[in-house]
Amino acid sequence: MFLDKPTRREFLQGAGVLVVSFSLPSFVTAAGTESATASKTVALDEVDAYLAVNASGRVTLYSGKVELGTGVSTGLRQILAEELDVPLGRVALVEGDTDLTPAQGKTWGSLTIQAGGIQIRQAAATARQQLLQEAAKRLAVAPTELSVEDGVVRAHGAQVSYGELIGGKNFSIKLDKQAPLKAPATYKIVGKPVQRDDIPPKVAGQFTYVQDVRVPGMLHARVVRPPAIGAALQSVDESSITDIPGVVKVVRQNNFLAVVAETEWSAIRASRQLKANWSEWSGLPEQDKLWEYVRSTAVNKDDETSKVGDAQQALQGAGKRVSATYNFAINSHASMGPSCAVADFKDGKLTCWSASQAPHDLRSQIANMLSMKDGDVHVIYVEGSGCYGRNGHEDAAGDAALLARSMGHPVRVQWMRDEEHGWDPKGPPTLMDLEAGLDNEGKVVAWYSQLYVPEGGGGNVKLLAAEAAGLPCEKGLFPGNIINNSAIPYAFPNVHTVAHRLAQTPFRPSWIRAPGRMQNTFCNEAFLDEVAMAAGADPFEFRLRYLANDPRGTELLQRLMQLSKWQGRNSAKSAAGDVARGRGVTYVKYELSRTYVGAVADIEVSRKAGHIRVRRVAIVQDCGQIINPDGVRNQIEGNVVQTVSRTLKEEVTFDRSRVTSLDWNSYPILRFPDVPDIDIELIDRPTEKPWGVGEPAASVVPSAIANAVFDATGVRLRSVPFTPAKVRAALQNT
Amino acid sequence: MPSKTVPLHVNGRIARITVDDPDMPLLYVLRDNLELKGPRFGCGLGQCGACTVHLAGKAVRSCITPLSAVGKKQIVTLEGLSGSASKLVAIQEAFVAEQAAQCGYCISGMIMEAAAFLARHKNPDEAQIKQALANNLCRCGTHLRIVRAVKRAAAGA
Repeated sequence: MFLDKPTRREFLQGAGVLVVSFSLPSFVTAAGTESATASKTVALDEVDAYLAVNASGRVTLYSGKVELGTGVSTGLRQILAEELDVPLGRVALVEGDTDLTPAQGKTWGSLTIQAGGIQIRQAAATARQQLLQEAAKRLAVAPTELSVEDGVVRAHGAQVSYGELIGGKNFSIKLDKQAPLKAPATYKIVGKPVQRDDIPPKVAGQFTYVQDVRVPGMLHARVVRPPAIGAALQSVDESSITDIPGVVKVVRQNNFLAVVAETEWSAIRASRQLKANWSEWSGLPEQDKLWEYVRSTAVNKDDETSKVGDAQQALQGAGKRVSATYNFAINSHASMGPSCAVADFKDGKLTCWSASQAPHDLRSQIANMLSMKDGDVHVIYVEGSGCYGRNGHEDAAGDAALLARSMGHPVRVQWMRDEEHGWDPKGPPTLMDLEAGLDNEGKVVAWYSQLYVPEGGGGNVKLLAAEAAGLPCEKGLFPGNIINNSAIPYAFPNVHTVAHRLAQTPFRPSWIRAPGRMQNTFCNEAFLDEVAMAAGADPFEFRLRYLANDPRGTELLQRLMQLSKWQGRNSAKSAAGDVARGRGVTYVKYELSRTYVGAVADIEVSRKAGHIRVRRVAIVQDCGQIINPDGVRNQIEGNVVQTVSRTLKEEVTFDRSRVTSLDWNSYPILRFPDVPDIDIELIDRPTEKPWGVGEPAASVVPSAIANAVFDATGVRLRSVPFTPAKVRAALQNT
Repeated sequence: MPSKTVPLHVNGRIARITVDDPDMPLLYVLRDNLELKGPRFGCGLGQCGACTVHLAGKAVRSCITPLSAVGKKQIVTLEGLSGSASKLVAIQEAFVAEQAAQCGYCISGMIMEAAAFLARHKNPDEAQIKQALANNLCRCGTHLRIVRAVKRAAAGA
């Protein structure tokens, strides 16, 4: 069968149902400019920044927080629909568009519901209040006589819809912190496991990821990365690619080198074949001596993260002292889809389609790099592959922006697999020394920890393109707030936790999921297990003993004991045979201020092979008010699987010049046969604040496994990842 | 090398593709020449499975399948499973029912791999499903839901 010149899309969509178009105007329309005008406010204190109601009663949510694949956009829509009293299906989403959405901050830190959702809830409550006041006038009744259902206001048999009340017009009011919120007991949408609306198009091949953005006249580019991180570009032989058809230009600016071609495949071939000379550079430490390197790095300052009593003095007088050093390897975000972006520079203005978790900040970074005004850069968020923190999305956007301006054509930059693994900013190496003191009755009298991590906090991680091209970019390190959870949730009489902030770290650092909280909780909770054993106590009972003033934490641990059918223990098993089985418990109060998570891991260790298999993880979580229980479960499952992977397998490897773990063989992650069963119990507290869920459960996994390995074998694993070689070595030393 | 037009059997139709390199991987034909969004670029190395399509009924990695090796074999992508963009087949419905996606980037490959597997194994147990998907990587940690979705699809088949 052959059809007469069908369009490519009609042709391939089978029955000819054209769902998504690829041209620029329709793409932008899909992003929601339907009702937008140049005057749409994005001010954080304006209701119109967050929502609009059109004449037919359809509601658009304008969210500065973006969907990174966690399902959080469904949660945000639920919050808006609930508070406004409209059906969920009537709420459309526009996200992360710097012209249309308020700058609600980066989508990070498990703050999208907790912070962004609360802003949206207040905007909806304010809007609802105004709509009711207007309806009371129209219907000539007192506001207290009104009822609202599905966007229709009723009183005494008369009714008026939201569309009739406000349709297409602005609210023109500020967010009212006093606007009444609905009582959680009346909720119909929040707290329900509603299905995500992005999943049907994702399973049908109809979803537009940033990698699918196509604009007219678009060229394809590949950046040629140096063979050593700090190498300088000395010369380029453009004649080396003359046999490749469709190459448009080799772009070189200082150490930034890229090829631009008419087709993607030509760009790939040209980037591989292009001959370039780079200077030598070998500024990385030896991987085998990484921890000596970390320990000897200059300390720029100390951050004291907690101090109670005098831990040093109490240690001196302690009847028993326990000390250990823990470390956690350098990790990559290792996203499934390499980063990608499209940019277009026209008439002095730049448009960039990016999967950045921070479109507004990216706009400032691009503007800074290209010496433009923020207002002349328009960043439009389009979902990409899950990023789990600041991965390469922003860098790809920087690459595309630089190339688009250079070419005067729209340019698509797609990173290759080795770029994603090699050049995404890394979760920095984490090292912690810990010491505890016990009295003769086994009571903890002192806890002292010293954390060694790079200085800096959140911010904007410098763009690779800006640095390579010698253009303006950020100075300093931005590893995220990685000293969080270095302090502990236990009420010991003397506690001192200090973070030594290092002047440098081997790779450009950034935050990876549960940044610092995951690594620090590993160190703290595994060491706490050592202290519990030194005290001769069951690790559950030991934790409960010191959580006396935290009823939510106490309830959580008690429920976890039941869920996991915990049987008391105070020493490691000594089973014979090759396969040893054990279980370990761990607990976190995220940032000591929000979401509680406890976990029990059941593991098997093959002594000969050194292979650890996590068979089952039981999790109890209290994140306050739950917006979407299935979304929360999906996030917990994801956190567990991803962090089992980090704990058992993942480590960035490198030589003196560059990353050498550049694919899925050299940077392996957990596969289906090794994924544990996961039992989850959620503690829902509908009248409490909703807390974040995207990260916290990641932080309990490594220590649960470490403690279970001790339970099984009597051996402490203090260095993540727990590779077979390390496990075998640890077992041999006992 | 001069460019050449070749016929390609994709999703039950014939597309005429103009290429200048017969060794171009099939993935780029599907994504760039035909603007399909099902097959995804994940590694270009045949390691992750995001690009999986059916070639003559078998699940293959389109990122390492040169166009020259395709010939007249039938290619089916995620879009072509049901023959209609507005309709889902049982395995796609099972993924929706189990909410078996997070970012969803790997899901196209998961569904294509699982569909080819289920066509040959009618009543797989959980271990067989996990083994069948062992070379498809997911980074978000959606594995348990994916396994449940495949089981659901198998039960309904």
